[in-house]
Amino acid sequence: MKYADEFRDKAIALGLARAIRSEANPQRSYRFMEFCGGHTHAISRYGLEDILPKNVRMIHGPGCPVCVLPAGRIDMAIRLADRPEVILCVYGDLMRVPGSQGASLLKAKARGADVRMVYSTVDAIRIAEENPEQEVVFFAIGFETTTPPTAILIRRAEKKQLENFSVVCNHVRTPPAMQNILESPDTRSIRRVEIDGFVGPAHVSIIIGTEPYEVFAEEFGKPVVISGFEPLDMMQAILMLVRQVNENRNEVENQYSRAVTRDGNPRAKEEVSNIFELRDQFEWRGLGLVPYSGLKLKQTYARFDAEVRFALNELRVPDNPACECGAILRGVKKPVDCKLFGTVCTPETPVGSCMVSSEGACAAHWTYGRFRDRQQKRAS
Amino acid sequence: MRAHQRKLDIKHGCVDLSHGSGGRAMSQLISGLFHEAFGNEWLARGNDQSAFDVGAGRMVMTTDGYVVSPLFFPGGNIGSLAVHGTVNDIAMAGARPLYLSASFIIEEGFRFSDLKMIADSMGEAAQSAGVHIITGDTKVVERGKADGLFISTAGVGLVPEGLDLSAENARVGDRVLISGTLGDHGVAIMSKRQNLAFETEIVSDSAALHDLVARMVAAGGRGIRLMRDPTRGGLAATLNEIAQQSELGFSLQEEAIPVKPGVAAACELLGLDPLYVANEGKLVAIVSPDVAGAVLAAMRAHPLSRDAADIGEAVPDDHHFVQMATSFGGGRIVDWLSGEQLPRIC
Repeated sequence: MKYADEFRDKAIALGLARAIRSEANPQRSYRFMEFCGGHTHAISRYGLEDILPKNVRMIHGPGCPVCVLPAGRIDMAIRLADRPEVILCVYGDLMRVPGSQGASLLKAKARGADVRMVYSTVDAIRIAEENPEQEVVFFAIGFETTTPPTAILIRRAEKKQLENFSVVCNHVRTPPAMQNILESPDTRSIRRVEIDGFVGPAHVSIIIGTEPYEVFAEEFGKPVVISGFEPLDMMQAILMLVRQVNENRNEVENQYSRAVTRDGNPRAKEEVSNIFELRDQFEWRGLGLVPYSGLKLKQTYARFDAEVRFALNELRVPDNPACECGAILRGVKKPVDCKLFGTVCTPETPVGSCMVSSEGACAAHWTYGRFRDRQQKRAS
Repeated sequence: MRAHQRKLDIKHGCVDLSHGSGGRAMSQLISGLFHEAFGNEWLARGNDQSAFDVGAGRMVMTTDGYVVSPLFFPGGNIGSLAVHGTVNDIAMAGARPLYLSASFIIEEGFRFSDLKMIADSMGEAAQSAGVHIITGDTKVVERGKADGLFISTAGVGLVPEGLDLSAENARVGDRVLISGTLGDHGVAIMSKRQNLAFETEIVSDSAALHDLVARMVAAGGRGIRLMRDPTRGGLAATLNEIAQQSELGFSLQEEAIPVKPGVAAACELLGLDPLYVANEGKLVAIVSPDVAGAVLAAMRAHPLSRDAADIGEAVPDDHHFVQMATSFGGGRIVDWLSGEQLPRIC
């Protein structure tokens, strides 16, 4: 397959693996967090851990927008979908995300709620036009990558003067979450984990550019390498991180230069800032309340804001106390350290955020990597 | 005196509730549309059941429901699928399919022209597979109670003497053979879903496999341990099922698994994995290593399995994992699918 196979070449991968092995100092360990779920998925699907040296460890971060959506927001979506006049449009992988007490949109749909899986925001507009008697609500989720399409969606709804269309905005921002991880008591004062560097987001950075990560290099002293989602991208980014660590450099480097610039996409950024504004705080499953990490619709567009239109309140639902997602998302613990992992918490019945989507740290380990636990046990 | 009855208006008419009420309209639908499409001596007798002679040996029986959406897709429709699917379930026992039943649940308002097209392609599929649809049933439900048309078929077949294909026959060291490219059916269907439509040249692989199976059995005999058709859940689900039942594990080579570039591209775009996408004209065979070469050669000589490949082997494993060496040089599990395979969003 053109434009994909070139980035999955085994010979080049093994060459990069050799370079990482020869350059990584055997006297120390390297712990790099890949923020994005797309990276986590690539690591698991291509078995990257098997070709990296043992002292280079990848920590799977919170960059899966489905995983980090808190139960309270899911409950809100379900309450909305249960209203007889509402057609709720969602991206597919949101359907199985657990709300409180095992509720999910998939179950609500089975019960009779009109929940439609859409592949594009355009579908949501079409459904609104086809059902003028119904209230059509688009449940918007995602990082900076999916925010511009939602902004354009609202523009279109405005242009078409749709009276029956609104959006629940759950869009979140990457840099505040990275900051939260670095500043959390777990990672800072207890110092149980030290993250030596970040594999920075691919698609998110196409929009926001590399500039917003400079603070992590300058103020937190952490190297950041923006990386594409293909496995060779990741291998190269890891090599670049190893080199930064070895040379005591803390810089933002751009491995994904075929798509990412320092400034990102100015039109997309402008459109987002025209329509959205910052929330004071937004809850992340696993991380808790993170200041300035979420977006909401500006007052000017309040008529398209489903939270205003339906007077929705988000009720905070505490995470299961035995769930270690918070610690796993910060790299303090591994999935196997959680006693729920693989017992009550599996991809069929996820308890915590990391098990929800295949991009979550626990689901990725369960689905692709759990044979390694046995190999390790046998080896020890 | 024979009452006058207007002919079925196949071109413009549609099914209404009277076609399921047991009256003249129903009888006309059955004889005018279904008997015509399936035409055989058993149906012509018009009994509530059909009698047939049973040969000596072991029989197999299977049943399956077909609810595919959309009803028409590149490479087939629900009718041909309902024949191929049931024929293949019989064939996976190494058996020769003989007779099918067909039961139709039709939604009020369903167009005769569509129904005729579907019944005709069932008839053609049955004929080219050498099986007869010898009994059937028609029900009509109110609008909104069915998604156009559901078909349920059952079938019986005869197993050749001495052949007993079953998961417990699998042994460590057995080879895993696949009859061709994965994911064609699933991608062809998805390309026509209303909310997903994309352009692709991929057509469904829907086909009857019993002839291929007969050639494989001729080449491999009892060295063939078992066969399965990887339909829903794809190769991944089928191999996990076999691993559980045979209490073994499997070790696959990703590079050896054939996938058409168009399927790989569609899966890439939708965030799906071809290993989990449905097939309707492929089979997986677990065969003893000493006949694997001969069976693979027989497969490659058959028009339905030119791309057949040896993709891995059975290994001892208490956890019954299906593992895969990725083409990138690492390793991973090929797990059961959890829930439906849904597209990722970013």
